[in-house]
Amino acid sequence: MSTTYYLLLSALLFSIGAVGVLVRRNAIVVFMCVELMLNAVNLSLVTFARINGALDGQVMAFFVMVVAAAEVVVGLAIIMSIFRTRHSASIDDANLLKY
Amino acid sequence: MTELPEVLPATGTASLAWLLFALPAFGALVLLIAGRRANRWGHLLGVATVAGAFVVGLLIFFDTLALDPDQRTRELSLFQWFAVGGLNVDFGLRIDPLSLTFVLLITGVGALIHLYSVGYMASDPGRRRFFGQLNLFVTAMLLLVLGNNFVMLYLGWEGVGLASYLLIGWYQDRPSAATAAKKAFLMNRIGDVGLAIAIFLLWTNLGTLQYTQVFARVGELSGGVLLAIGLLLLLGACGKSGQFPLQAWLPDAMEGPTPVSALIHAATMVTAGVYLIARTHAIYDLSVQGRLIVAIIGTITLLIGAVIGCAYDDIKKVLAYSTVSQIGYMFLAVGLGPAGYALGIFHLLTHGFFKAGLFLGAGSVMHAMHDEVDMRRFGGLARYLPVTFVTFGLGYLALIGFPFLSGYYSKDRIIEAAFAQEGWQGWVFGGLATLAAGLTAFYMTRLVLMTFFGERRWKQLQTADGQDYHPHESPAVMTIPMIVLALGSIGAGAVLSAVGLVDWLAPSVGELVEPEGVGAVPHAAVPWLVVAISALGVLIAWLTVGRHRVPVERPAHVSLPVRAARRDLYANAINETLIARPGIWLTRALVYFDNRGVDGLVNGLAAGLGGSSGRLRRLQTGFVRSYALSMLGGSVLVIGALLAVVLT
Repeated sequence: MSTTYYLLLSALLFSIGAVGVLVRRNAIVVFMCVELMLNAVNLSLVTFARINGALDGQVMAFFVMVVAAAEVVVGLAIIMSIFRTRHSASIDDANLLKY
Repeated sequence: MTELPEVLPATGTASLAWLLFALPAFGALVLLIAGRRANRWGHLLGVATVAGAFVVGLLIFFDTLALDPDQRTRELSLFQWFAVGGLNVDFGLRIDPLSLTFVLLITGVGALIHLYSVGYMASDPGRRRFFGQLNLFVTAMLLLVLGNNFVMLYLGWEGVGLASYLLIGWYQDRPSAATAAKKAFLMNRIGDVGLAIAIFLLWTNLGTLQYTQVFARVGELSGGVLLAIGLLLLLGACGKSGQFPLQAWLPDAMEGPTPVSALIHAATMVTAGVYLIARTHAIYDLSVQGRLIVAIIGTITLLIGAVIGCAYDDIKKVLAYSTVSQIGYMFLAVGLGPAGYALGIFHLLTHGFFKAGLFLGAGSVMHAMHDEVDMRRFGGLARYLPVTFVTFGLGYLALIGFPFLSGYYSKDRIIEAAFAQEGWQGWVFGGLATLAAGLTAFYMTRLVLMTFFGERRWKQLQTADGQDYHPHESPAVMTIPMIVLALGSIGAGAVLSAVGLVDWLAPSVGELVEPEGVGAVPHAAVPWLVVAISALGVLIAWLTVGRHRVPVERPAHVSLPVRAARRDLYANAINETLIARPGIWLTRALVYFDNRGVDGLVNGLAAGLGGSSGRLRRLQTGFVRSYALSMLGGSVLVIGALLAVVLT
């Protein structure tokens, strides 16, 4: 089976994630879309490792997973505290940091 | 070129020469620092220090007189003033016939003026400070004439400028006095710049500023440099001595108290220019053009002074313009070169006596007439002020060159020397100097007639504060200096020419070269000619002023020359148009350029940045999704660029 399909799937997943980040307002959904993008990248890293016959890409994928796990912890904590103060999980409501 | 004398170290009495300037300097220091405590005895200290300096001067003079003429030039090195790089300046004094002559004039006449001021300033609350500043003036002038290098000369030169500024502006509450002081200071500054540049030129070309070395090596200079130095020194001399074109400050300097006018006009300050040219005669000896320009400046000035003197009604201003004119004679004399240096100094001495006497006399008249200076309000004062009248009259006769009084000896010899010049110079210099002698006789006779003779016009008039005039003779402390100076006016010329002033000065300014040949007018005829012209001037004054009633109000409708003379021959207008106005315009243009150009650029840049950042910050909306979009867009752009580079 050609590795191209994996790359195409990866691109598709990344695009869905990116569009989701841009168009959705619910912070949890946006967060999940970010995870989707990260895992799309992981998929392409692993695929490239396979194509090149080297382990570098797979190692890199582990790193991404670790960073993503840490990011989930911090991000969810932020979303939790915003929800507690503003009673809303819409990211458009948290717009005080501006000009 | 004249032989330069050998310079010996000063020993014996001459080593006391530092006392000459140290005494008045001590007086100035004490009087200006001690404050009110010194009020009771301050004026006495002021007189004593200058009189003491005069005594020291006399001692050194007699000590020098006992020496051979070629041993009379001595130097006293006190200490090293400063050394910077190759420039090594000694605080040294040069004691030679020229400087001693000036020392005796400055301290002698200066002491008399100090004595007179005790009476004149008796009612002034600032008398102690006044004496402090007078002492400072004398100190500076003594440093100027005693220094043995150009830096010392410059020190004294600036000191004189400072002291004159303080004293001319003595009546600080009078705006006109403050303006006159500033004007004197500024116009002097123009001259000072010339002197400074001349000194720089001497330093760069010769590497020394000691008189002895400079004069010995002046022959190494090229003609152009020599001429430039000569002209710049002349500019300095013109500033200090009130010569054309810098003469306008001198009459305004009359705003100061009368003793100050006497001091400025007779003993100090204005004589500095003549001293400078006589002292640097080694430079002028080598520069014929430089000398010619000095003589031309002198001739223009003596004419200007005499013409304007005829038109003024202010007794002090007439005397001031008379000084301008007489200093012009001295410049003419020193401009004649070896034939005239000594004659210029000779006239300076006799002039010092009679002009100081005239100013003190004018001060005495003002003292008697509530500080009135308008001669049209005087008249018939001879009976009320007998001593002033007699002393003033003697000064007057000396000034107009009445035979066998001082002015006759000195002025006639200058005119003789002028006539003896070759070609057109003899005719022009001699003729104009003779004409000015006639004008001098006219304006001085007019002054005396209007002040001391004729109708007592003040009887019908009142002072500015509404009182009657009560003319009264001045106290003895004022009349005694006037009497002494009047004796000087009678005898100075005859005595000085009998004892051989000219030979005495020879070691300093070179032997006097007697003019050869007939010149423009035969030698023997000159005195007759001058006396005749002067008599004509007196006669015209008698016919036009003495025989008529003098109107108290100044006639408004007068002929063009009188109108021009009343406005100082437009000297102030010319200065204003040519220098002051363009200067103001330049300043305004520069201020405008600075405000609009430089400041505009800086402020505009700041405003532009502020405005654009104010608009740019609107991009920060606070919506996370829009930031995410811009990140995506940015990433796409970067990747696209990378791909574009990689693929090509």
